[in-house]
Amino acid sequence: MWTWFYRLASPPHVYRVAAFLAPWLLGAAAVLIGYGVVAGLVFAPPDYQQGDAFRIIYVHAPAAWLSLFAYTTMAVAGAIGLIWKIKMGHAVAAATAPIGASFTLLGLMTGSLWGRPMWGTYWAWDPRLTSELILLFLYVGVMSLRPAFEDPGRGDRAAALLAIVGVVNVPIIHYSVSWWNSLHQGATVAKLAIPSMPGSMLWPLLSMLAGFMFFYGAVLCMRLRGEVLNRERQATWVREAIKT
Amino acid sequence: MTEFWVMGGYARFVWPCFALAAGVLGWNLWSARRYYAAARVRVQRAIAMAASEQS
Repeated sequence: MWTWFYRLASPPHVYRVAAFLAPWLLGAAAVLIGYGVVAGLVFAPPDYQQGDAFRIIYVHAPAAWLSLFAYTTMAVAGAIGLIWKIKMGHAVAAATAPIGASFTLLGLMTGSLWGRPMWGTYWAWDPRLTSELILLFLYVGVMSLRPAFEDPGRGDRAAALLAIVGVVNVPIIHYSVSWWNSLHQGATVAKLAIPSMPGSMLWPLLSMLAGFMFFYGAVLCMRLRGEVLNRERQATWVREAIKT
Repeated sequence: MTEFWVMGGYARFVWPCFALAAGVLGWNLWSARRYYAAARVRVQRAIAMAASEQS
């Protein structure tokens, strides 16, 4: 029953599965993001309070959501590598870090552009914004720590440890709008039972969220293949795979 | 049509956000492909070096 799971620890298997999945995930992402952009920009009505500025949510919320998801993935993968000494765990963590960092930066920048017309400022030391900025620093720390060691194994372990310690920031970011007084608006999508948006606004957002997730999966698979080659370049199977 | 591009007076905030998003998606695709291609080249070089050492 668990054979499929154990096989994920095998570099040649991961290399092949990633090659198979990447184009499918990318295709699904293109369709979902394409629909989300058109429906969000053209068909969704303007918000009664924020006007057309609310449309920034279609890139801001998926980027912010992905920044948390990618960090959690990185921490879990790092923990798998650290606890069970599975090399692929560290490879996934290393492949995830730059993707997560780029989406964190996108979340911060789009949030800043949204903040200017809504709050009158590009930046405020608000709990949500500050904790998201700390997340970006954590990503940068993890990415810098790995190559800082001569022994790649030690670099992997140090980066995994930092990722695991930093995961405490994820619930802080999520609940910061409830725990403290915040300029940032409360949950919009998380409470699907009582939606804060009509369907014409919500469906494009859900489509963008799913599209960004599929995109993340596709790019992760592509990076992971490179990561596997870098780590396994002395292995016979890599040389045979490259020759063919 | 002009109304669409003006975005109710928020064009200078809305369009840069979508442009940034397109940039980040594009950068991720480009850098992932480049990373994989560079790793492939490294392996190919190692194979070529091993072959030249043997001969």
